[in-house]
Amino acid sequence: MIITRLDQPPAELERRTGWAIKPEGACRAEACVPLPQPFDVRELARRLRMPLVGDEQHGMWALGPEFGGHALSSAELPDIVLPDRDGRDFDLRSLRGTKVFMIAWASW
Amino acid sequence: MREELHPLGLEVVSVALDAGGAEAAGPWIDRAGTTHPALIDATHVLGELLGIVNVPSGVWVDEDGWIVRPPEPAFPWRPRQPDEELLAQLPAVTAEQLRESQKIRIEPERYLAALRDWVARGGESQYALAPDEVVARSRPRGEEPARAAACFELADHLRRAGHGSDATRWFREAHRLDPDNWTYKRQAWSLADPLQGPTDDYDSDWLTDVRRIGAENYYPPLDL
Repeated sequence: MIITRLDQPPAELERRTGWAIKPEGACRAEACVPLPQPFDVRELARRLRMPLVGDEQHGMWALGPEFGGHALSSAELPDIVLPDRDGRDFDLRSLRGTKVFMIAWASW
Repeated sequence: MREELHPLGLEVVSVALDAGGAEAAGPWIDRAGTTHPALIDATHVLGELLGIVNVPSGVWVDEDGWIVRPPEPAFPWRPRQPDEELLAQLPAVTAEQLRESQKIRIEPERYLAALRDWVARGGESQYALAPDEVVARSRPRGEEPARAAACFELADHLRRAGHGSDATRWFREAHRLDPDNWTYKRQAWSLADPLQGPTDDYDSDWLTDVRRIGAENYYPPLDL
């Protein structure tokens, strides 16, 4: 996820990773990882094992996914909402009750 | 395929991993005249969420929202092969790419048979994997592929912000860290040259890389 401030919790953190910043630290489900004060994305990245890369010149950073496991940490389909060709969002959860064959392709 | 399997309880969802968004993928969707949900993933979130590293990749999801087959090469049909007359009319680099692509190993008959079996038998199908197996078969994510994901996202963001040359540097870093990720490479190559031929921006291109690894290794063997 793209980050422009290192001293604030990333707005997209919970939606993208499931980790929420709470008084007790970074929390997901039953697990909480303590974080030092004041908040620093670099410390969050280190403790959650997420790579942080930055382009200092443009003041932009990107926080990557957790490493050390597999791309899927669970077989439950993550929340996926993507637009169609007319820009209308489609939530894959709307297909519950139906088998789904999702095929990724590209025009390139 | 959808016409056959949709009445039996299967929905097809296509997702274009295209940084060009609707402008790039839309005309293809229009030409195909799709009746299924045809979505566009302009920031390659499926790569990060599911571990997709090449196209076409298929993911099977059951009625309760559980993945029963993680991303794997998915050819439910055999693509039409261009004849020499058509190849002669194409740019030389495209014709060479198409000739090379004919050496790529695909098994559409086996894949479609497995898909039909799952649609008919659901969780009883031998092709529906248990949750632990789904996770174990999904792509291992070490530090370098995870860092490559961050580099790719940063590169794409810089590109959209108009910082093209800085974006190229980060695309190159993503390629270095995760050289087996074809979506990262092909997306970046196509932004530099829609034909994905050699450019000054990158050290390689599709044809060179495929010949280096051998076209037969372009996709991992289908492990049904």
